Amino acid sequence: MNKTIALIGNQNCGKTTLFNALTGSNQHVGNFPGVTVELKKGIIKKLKDNCVLVDLPGIYSLSPYTSEEIVSTEYLITEKPDLIINILDATNIERNLYLTTQLIELNIPMILVLNMMDEVISSGNCIDIDGFSERIGLPVIPVSASKNEGIDDVLCCIRDTLETPLRHLDLCHGPVHKAVHSISHLIEERVHQLDLPLRYCVTQIIGKNETMIRRLQLNESDMHIIALIIDSMETETQTDREAALVDMRYLFIEDLCEHCVFKEQETNEQIRSEKIDAILTHKYLGIPLFIAIMLLIFFLTFTVFGEPLQGLMEEGIGLLTGQIANLLNQFHVASWLTTLITEGILVGVGNVLSFLPVIVILFIFLSMLEDSGYMARVAFVMDKLLRKIGLSGRSFVPMLIGFGCSVPAIMATRTLSSERDRKMTIVLTPFMSCSAKLPIYAMIIAAFFPTKSAVVMITIYCIGIFVAIISAILLKNTIFVGESVPFVLELPAYRIPTIRNVMMNAWDKAKDFIKKAFTVIFLASIIIWFLQSFNFQFEMVVDSQDSILAYLGTLVSPIFAPLGFSDWRASTAIITGITAKESVVSTLSVLTSSSTTEMLNSSLIGIFTPLSAFSFLVFTVLYMPCIAAFAATKRELGGYIPALLTVGFQTGMAYIVAFIIYQLGSLLL
Amino acid sequence: MGYNTIIVRWIMTLAEIEPGTQVKIIQVQGEGLLRMRLLEMGLTPRTLVKVRKVAPLGDPIEVYLRSYVLTLRKADAAQIEVEVIENE
Repeated sequence: MNKTIALIGNQNCGKTTLFNALTGSNQHVGNFPGVTVELKKGIIKKLKDNCVLVDLPGIYSLSPYTSEEIVSTEYLITEKPDLIINILDATNIERNLYLTTQLIELNIPMILVLNMMDEVISSGNCIDIDGFSERIGLPVIPVSASKNEGIDDVLCCIRDTLETPLRHLDLCHGPVHKAVHSISHLIEERVHQLDLPLRYCVTQIIGKNETMIRRLQLNESDMHIIALIIDSMETETQTDREAALVDMRYLFIEDLCEHCVFKEQETNEQIRSEKIDAILTHKYLGIPLFIAIMLLIFFLTFTVFGEPLQGLMEEGIGLLTGQIANLLNQFHVASWLTTLITEGILVGVGNVLSFLPVIVILFIFLSMLEDSGYMARVAFVMDKLLRKIGLSGRSFVPMLIGFGCSVPAIMATRTLSSERDRKMTIVLTPFMSCSAKLPIYAMIIAAFFPTKSAVVMITIYCIGIFVAIISAILLKNTIFVGESVPFVLELPAYRIPTIRNVMMNAWDKAKDFIKKAFTVIFLASIIIWFLQSFNFQFEMVVDSQDSILAYLGTLVSPIFAPLGFSDWRASTAIITGITAKESVVSTLSVLTSSSTTEMLNSSLIGIFTPLSAFSFLVFTVLYMPCIAAFAATKRELGGYIPALLTVGFQTGMAYIVAFIIYQLGSLLL
Repeated sequence: MGYNTIIVRWIMTLAEIEPGTQVKIIQVQGEGLLRMRLLEMGLTPRTLVKVRKVAPLGDPIEVYLRSYVLTLRKADAAQIEVEVIENE
């Protein structure tokens, strides 16, 4: 028999660690249909039955607040898993139990797993597990997932509970209890027709969940009676319906904890966290330290590890390309096919794959920051700055990574809790000038501004940031109207990240990236190669000046005339720059037949004036990101249409800004 | 008409509390999902909350309650009425 088990718990309670411990490497990552919320599934091998474990996103409540909460709740009430494993952080049990009191109402067999028991015990605190289990009416298993302790007990308990589930206890009491039961009788039949859990529906009605009220389609007289019941409950409790409901749950939790949780002091980890925070979120040191940490990560990723590994990767790909070319020659493969494979596909995909080491290393560092608890502090420190442009503190890290490479930056937006913030961050991140654009700056600066390199560089970076801010304000008032999801965030205790979690996360991102390289980028490489190597008679060209691409470049070049550069070679370079930003430089070299830097400099002076060169630079910084970043955008936004709109917007902004700079410049200079 | 006695109760909110101060929640004002979220995170009436610090840029604030650390913006904290229990 196939059984489905849902794993659910608050954020920062060690859910992923338990998931990895239970499933090992049998994992499959996908998305919930229609939204970019990750849905991870794995198979529990150690059980006889075929058990699929579904890792639901970390949430605090079943109220419809974030997209994670909506999809998780929907999953639980429509898919009806055979068992729920509710994992709780035992060091912070009161708030973690809140979700439990809601999950109980779903009437699905359930196990409670108390994680981080090692911390509880080593700090001299203790929890009466048997008493706890008896009072809440559920099996309770103490574990330390990061130390792999208690995992076998969880497996045993899953087996037993699937066979004979415990009966849930009725947690409600007082005036709310009365209201719950009266409403239950009233809507029982309707709920039964819709095959929904009764108790859950009732508490959602009391909690004023509009979606649930609409879904039940109750008639007017029922709605009227419900209003009366709730009115009398409000009078009796002397508070409003939402507060009464939440208060009742917390009263139950407080009573439970008073009898079963013996807490002398904060745990050692909590005390340690407070000390670490005294430095890391210090009034004056907080921001400089954050910048220093990010610079260190950048330095390690892009310089210390990234460069040599990227070199090795390029070398390897070069060797492989040579081997394949030889092989193709030996088998007398047609020359067009040989060039398609070696120059088109292998060079295109190879170029992008050479980013792989950088991406893996960056994600190792990022998941270390995330798992250690520091990422939440970044949000805390940076929130005020980003709120001005309609985002929250959590968007800061992806934007910062954007200065290194847009691809991991866009992939990193997945940790943002609000769908709106996530989309906005994806649109804005490419405006942060990525490191692949550096060769373009170097080229233009060498030719036109050799004495003012620093000023030009800083100006370019500032223009990128400035355009991002303007775009944010523009988007906030048009497409992404409304407040960002309010910022109520837990600052978890600092913990040492487990190697397994960090590695598995980096491996997931690597897989994601490789898949992209062989789908979207594969296709794009073939198209660009074809345009570059053929003329309209579909004959291969010797000189790329005669190719379709050059023709297209000439065709679109008048569009760029108002920006100051109408030369067909400039517009062609802009088209090839879509494959990878470095291509702008190689294309201009090829098209001007320059084999040395001096030759390139002098031909550039023939193509641009200093002003139009600057305008060209601004355009290349801001227009649509490379195809790899486009593929990441498509993946995270969930479709070609939003991704195309995004790059359309970016290119539009690039055009407008370059236009203003060139036109104003011509007037003033 | 006799004298009108006007009783003014000075309502403190969580947003105005100095770091290092322990307070007790009286009630959470406002409405809708944000208020629900504040309650669900454990900021219910009678809960003891300690304000720990203010972020380097002056907002948001960091508070300690129910054995965990929470951060929220001052604008949202201003919806939470509190009374001071003790000063450090």
